[in-house]
Amino acid sequence: MRRMAAMVTSADGQEYPVQVGGRTTKSIVMGVGAVALIVLFLFPLFGVTDWTRRLVEFFCYLAAAQMWNLLLGYAGLMSAGQQAYIGLGAYTVWFFADIVHINPLLCVLFAAITGAIIAFPAAALVFRLRGGYLAIGTWVIAEIFRLIFSSISQTGGGAGTTIGAAAQMAQTKGVDGWYSQVYWLALAVAVLTIAVCYLLLRSRTGLALKAIRDDDLSAESSGVNLWRTKLYTYIIAGAGCAMAGALIALYSLQVRPGSAFSINWTAYLIFITVIGGIGTIEGPFIGTVIFYALRETTSKYGTWYFIVLGLLAAVIAIWSRGGIYGWILKKTGFTLFPLQRRVGFGRSEKPPSPPASEGGGGAATV
Amino acid sequence: MDWVNTIVSGILLGGLYSLFAVGLSLVFGTMRLVNLAHGDLTVLPAYVALLMVGSAGRFNPLYAIPLTMVVMFGFGYLLQRGLLNRVVLKGDIIGVIVTFGLSMVIMNALQQGFTANSQGLDAGKIENLSITVTDQFAIGWLPLLIFLLAIVVITALQLYMGHTKMGRAFRAVSDDTDAARLMGINTKHVWAVAMAVALLVVSIGGVIMGIRTTFSPLLGTDRLIFAFEAVIIGGMGSLWGTFVGGIVLGVAQLIGAKVFGSPFQHLVGHLVFIAILAFRPQGFLAKTVTK
Amino acid sequence: MSLLEIENASVYYEHFQALYDINLKIEEGEIFACIGANGAGKSTLLKMLSGTLIPRQGRVVFDGEPIDHMPPHRRVELGISLVPEGRRIFPSLTVHENLMIGAYRNRKGPWTTDAVYELFPLLQPLTKRQGTGLSGGEQQALAIGRALMANPRLILLDEISLGLAPVVIKRIYEAFPTMLENGCTILVVEQDVQHVLTVATHVACFLEGRIALQGVPSELTGDQITAAYFGV
Repeated sequence: MRRMAAMVTSADGQEYPVQVGGRTTKSIVMGVGAVALIVLFLFPLFGVTDWTRRLVEFFCYLAAAQMWNLLLGYAGLMSAGQQAYIGLGAYTVWFFADIVHINPLLCVLFAAITGAIIAFPAAALVFRLRGGYLAIGTWVIAEIFRLIFSSISQTGGGAGTTIGAAAQMAQTKGVDGWYSQVYWLALAVAVLTIAVCYLLLRSRTGLALKAIRDDDLSAESSGVNLWRTKLYTYIIAGAGCAMAGALIALYSLQVRPGSAFSINWTAYLIFITVIGGIGTIEGPFIGTVIFYALRETTSKYGTWYFIVLGLLAAVIAIWSRGGIYGWILKKTGFTLFPLQRRVGFGRSEKPPSPPASEGGGGAATV
Repeated sequence: MDWVNTIVSGILLGGLYSLFAVGLSLVFGTMRLVNLAHGDLTVLPAYVALLMVGSAGRFNPLYAIPLTMVVMFGFGYLLQRGLLNRVVLKGDIIGVIVTFGLSMVIMNALQQGFTANSQGLDAGKIENLSITVTDQFAIGWLPLLIFLLAIVVITALQLYMGHTKMGRAFRAVSDDTDAARLMGINTKHVWAVAMAVALLVVSIGGVIMGIRTTFSPLLGTDRLIFAFEAVIIGGMGSLWGTFVGGIVLGVAQLIGAKVFGSPFQHLVGHLVFIAILAFRPQGFLAKTVTK
Repeated sequence: MSLLEIENASVYYEHFQALYDINLKIEEGEIFACIGANGAGKSTLLKMLSGTLIPRQGRVVFDGEPIDHMPPHRRVELGISLVPEGRRIFPSLTVHENLMIGAYRNRKGPWTTDAVYELFPLLQPLTKRQGTGLSGGEQQALAIGRALMANPRLILLDEISLGLAPVVIKRIYEAFPTMLENGCTILVVEQDVQHVLTVATHVACFLEGRIALQGVPSELTGDQITAAYFGV
């Protein structure tokens, strides 16, 4: 799957195509991936168990992490407030299911739309800040939502509310029926977020985002519309996180403002993305797995769990920037989602020799 | 009269906020680092004072303040030199991630050591002492003290930055780090001193607040947000701006509490912050930043 | 023992080699000029001497002490002071404060703010002016004065004539003898050969990271210098 993205001219006038894609054992990987997907798809047919719950949560964390990673690793925006959209997604489900009486499963779509709509004015405000202050700004917005929803009695105030329509469906369809459906929806959302990230990054917008990540100012001077690209990324991330929140609400049949809008979400997303590897699609995969394993084994230790999370994230951010996947990438060059852009010199051709006074040269990978 | 009471209380509360905010602003001004652990670092001194008071038998925690300040100064120096210097000037993101991790560690370590329960520092009668202005209107002694201390501290910081060798070094390092090194300034040391001074400043507010009300490890989050809001409302780059920002925030919060009820205190503050971000994002007293 | 000895020094920017095997000796009391075209390696040499860059091979010895791995602030302590390319005046500090920052390391010596104002009278009326409000010539004078405040034994001047009118350049060069008298050896890097060779006691010409020619200006012909400069 090598798509021509552009042509590039070397110093001696020859033209070479720029190809997007990497050297991987592609057919093996695609095969393994397809098998894994089929297995995951068939999973609930063997009966709904604790593992179903775990996997639904896993898919939700993975989807949210992909979105967070898109914001940070590509657009260079660190958001400490994605929990705003997670909570909004949950409450949107409650609203459209219990008040407007729409099929709860369909409400996930409404959650995405709500997330996207809210993200727009939020971005307008928050983009006036930069860096760490922008992060805190997003946090304030999440806090505002938390406080609002905690005080509206119609939504149950601080105690939250159950999603009656969903609980009813669970009753009528039976536990297995209902939770399987939520599971499949969650799987679909996880796959969707990964697909969106992958396609986005392969496109021209993807190159724009990479440029932004590497250097704001030179990206702008080469004609990349900074503001708009960051805005679109933020809107997509808002929609994605809202869907994750919606799914969790559907699975737990309730929504509580304290946990839906909790800053802990940001803590988890930071951990997953930093440990897994910022800026790659594979990274959040690995990060979510590790995060989940850690959670299942040590979360009963409460505060120690968070201390370990915090320490690990800080240490890896300082000493191993690419996270675990970055390490794997360096050692083996193995990618599941090839995104590197290479100049196609063809297998038998050598790249043209660089002019004498320059150092470096050859096929630069972006 | 009731309104006057609210506004005056808001102004005094603003003094506290600005005391916390100045520390955040100082660190950002000298090394472009947004310290997400800042809020927790304002709660930490209360626990330090608690340890001192607890271990030395019952003495008035007010006397623990100077020693706590020294401890926090040293801690700030070591924290910066040992950990945070590695993230200065390496881009926004890594600093945010590391300080967020630090915040989690501090918050949870305090919970682990002291439980999440609220604690208090007992300073006796002074906690409730107030100055009666009229028979409907009184000002608490401690809130007034904090407010006055905020003014003293900010004045002292301005003088420090403007007239001392280290203060000049802060400004030079902030202007142009490489050129500062070429002038013989050891930036690692200067950054550490900046953090130490910031923690010295916030420890004053942290301990007095511990005396005035209860404190718990979970307080840090809100304090970070209030400090941040004060800085942005007042305008970045100006210490007195941060003072004004704190006062605006304090007054907004208490008016909000009065009009809508106390559960809405923080929410109104956030909304006022958002309004200022929307309509006057440079803040009230913004200085033109040269970078 | 020479004041400054550079032995077989090679400096890289990542994978790109900027200086190849440089050998140089500077004696106390000299005005040593390093000339060469853009990109020849002169500024890299100064970065190596001031501590911004560390040589991958070779040694730099200052007054008998090896300094190649010493951080910049310690070199100032030893007596090496740089006037950076582009001057790098601190914009939010006043002229007077810029000078005071120069004295951060408190080295003893003849240079005080008064002495600097005497050397560069044009700065006298500007003491309270902020760094941002100065002309090119004023900034250059300030940058040199700031470096002198460190009471250096060796002052490094990086392209001080860049962007300045010839009259101004001349005035700055006129300050050299006073600097020498007060115990300061001068290493000056320039693209503009004409002016600097009128004051230099020694010259080294750089070409593509190597020294193509070294000697005393009075003993070298114009052709020799041109050849070394352009590499013909």
